[in-house]
Amino acid sequence: MNRYTILVYTENFIGILNRITIIFTRRGINIDALTASESRLDGIHKITIEVTVTDEQIIQLSKQIEKVVDVIKVYYFMDDEVVYQEIALYKIPIESLDPSLEKVIRQFNAHIIAAEKEFVVLEFTGHKEDTQALLEILKPFNLLEFSRSGRVAIAKPKFSITDYLNNKT
Amino acid sequence: MVRGADIVVRSLIAENAEFIFGYPGGAIMPVYDALYDYSDQIKHVLTRHEQGAIHAAQGYARVSGNVGVVLATSGPGATNLITGLADAQIDSTPLVCITGQVAAHLLGSDAFQETDVIGLSMPGTKWNIQVRRVEDIAPAIAKAFFIAKTGRPGPVLVDITKNAQVEFGEFLYQPCLGIRSFRPYVTINPTAIAAAAQLINDAKRPYVLYGQGVILANAEEELKRFLDKSGIPAASTLLGSGALSQDHPSYVGKLGMHGNYAPNLLTNQCDVLIAIGMRFDDRVTGDLKRYAKQAQVVHLELDPSEIDKNVKCAVPVLGDCKTSLPLLTDAVNSNTHHEWFQKFRELDKEEKAAVMSYDLESTHGGLHMGEVIQLINQFKDENAILVTDVGQHQMISWRYFHYKESRTQVTSGGLGTMGFALPAALGAQLHDFKRQVICVVGDGGIQMTIQEFGTIMQTKAPVKVVLLNNNYLGMVRQWQQLFFDKRYSFTELENPDFVKIAEAYKLKAVKVTERHELKEAVAQMILHEGPFFLEVVVEKEDNVFPMIATGCSVEEVRLS
Repeated sequence: MNRYTILVYTENFIGILNRITIIFTRRGINIDALTASESRLDGIHKITIEVTVTDEQIIQLSKQIEKVVDVIKVYYFMDDEVVYQEIALYKIPIESLDPSLEKVIRQFNAHIIAAEKEFVVLEFTGHKEDTQALLEILKPFNLLEFSRSGRVAIAKPKFSITDYLNNKT
Repeated sequence: MVRGADIVVRSLIAENAEFIFGYPGGAIMPVYDALYDYSDQIKHVLTRHEQGAIHAAQGYARVSGNVGVVLATSGPGATNLITGLADAQIDSTPLVCITGQVAAHLLGSDAFQETDVIGLSMPGTKWNIQVRRVEDIAPAIAKAFFIAKTGRPGPVLVDITKNAQVEFGEFLYQPCLGIRSFRPYVTINPTAIAAAAQLINDAKRPYVLYGQGVILANAEEELKRFLDKSGIPAASTLLGSGALSQDHPSYVGKLGMHGNYAPNLLTNQCDVLIAIGMRFDDRVTGDLKRYAKQAQVVHLELDPSEIDKNVKCAVPVLGDCKTSLPLLTDAVNSNTHHEWFQKFRELDKEEKAAVMSYDLESTHGGLHMGEVIQLINQFKDENAILVTDVGQHQMISWRYFHYKESRTQVTSGGLGTMGFALPAALGAQLHDFKRQVICVVGDGGIQMTIQEFGTIMQTKAPVKVVLLNNNYLGMVRQWQQLFFDKRYSFTELENPDFVKIAEAYKLKAVKVTERHELKEAVAQMILHEGPFFLEVVVEKEDNVFPMIATGCSVEEVRLS
């Protein structure tokens, strides 16, 4: 089993995400994380899926996804072939703010992005291991809430959806 | 300006749809109202159940090569299509299904007969779309037809809200000529052709397996020319039957769980396996770990996701086999494989002695299903269409029917849908009243869609329905006998008087229980002008052999 990042370029079509996720559901494969957003091209969406599967499964999965009519192109990469980041937010009660917490914030280079009467919200981006490490450290500070995004990724190998759409590849 | 409902009908006419198979209801009523004005341009067939409508459309699509069109209402009308959608999806049958939907402002409010048809049909369609505005109707239908028939065919569903059907808009029909995200045809890779030809030219025991892909690509002639030149033995899958005439010298039989003995067994003795337009279904391969491991596999296939899905291939030839087969034919040497063919012939003798003599030549005891099919062969036209349901009668009919022409085989292959045959036969017959359509069913399956006798009555479609009645759910009973210690759990049926039912629907009906009556009854049926129902009471506990039991290898195909 390997961890893969699948990049799916699709038309902006209602239901497309469902069409893609049922491919995983049917095969009993768990999606580790998923993000969807517009791509750099107008009207084309980019879905980033993180999944832990075998080499054979990733080939089948990407072929099945590409078979979906409104999917333009599918690429998949190992972790070392993508630059990726995840963002995490941590909600901490105001009473927990003491010098030891300040040290942690400095160490991790985390940011306070909101300060309310009763709590502050820390923001930290990195790989899952990094955001997880900060989570473990913050738990003793009476952490109130934690939220982590799915992976956003940029592939290292060169490819161009524009070229693909113009039949250049 | 015209109503959305008119746009629906005019779009179907613009796509040259000949038939609509459907059933009215609240949310589709505006379209039905519009249809009233176009009955000279498009024929509507009122089935007795939406499942009947979609199976009829499948039967029509399979024999005609056209897109089958289905019309149904929202809610239960749409959910009744699901079995047919799943069936058409797995058997690659082009369909456009149009369902009515509650008005857009009611979506999500649990309105009367509202159901999430898009969500429900998603896994069983190649593509689906909900249309909520009148201006989106024609483009959606154009796209639906294009997707249904282009590349690997499949079912498509267009769900149209009632407000869009009654709003007014312009009708400007533009057929869909391409979709940028959908590129089903690839250029054939010349390196793959060269590599495949090299393997084939060096092979001592090459072996061709062909499937429905050949028929869907209209590549029957290309397959024949390839076999004429290469002299390679060729076996058919269930849905591939008819792609090559069984009289062709290369034809060696049928593959799969109840196929022929030699073609299954020798799969594990060939050195190069050339799969053409087939997907290595588990009913063909048996245990994959012991399937053709000695062979180098060449796979000619349109759908990239089928390559290496079940069987790893040495040389994938991706693309339309109508294009790739001629390239391959040019690149292979003329050859004959007499000794290799001889192996098939020798094993054929074993099958004949162990199975066929019992199935076809018995002179006492109960009638066997095979005898009926053999008599049908005697009297049928060369281009007669055989439609079967699912079960023992399906396997026996397929085994013994003599396929000579393409698109003469209609059955539910991938999904195994009982109840498929009667409506599918009706749809096949409507395509051409002059073609013989013989519908073979079991006593279980016929009762799943028996109401479609009503549609046969109303359309006067001259379908010949042959019921092979063993008063059992025979295939399940066979498995219970072989693998569940003869514990016949809920497989015996107390059946009605089928002849009376058929007669109530004004079909000419005959029942045969004795061997000496059979020949005359089959002849009478074939010669009869209108619809005909023939019930043949057959041996209660006959089994279908050869058989590759679940989990067994193709070389473990058993004769008894």
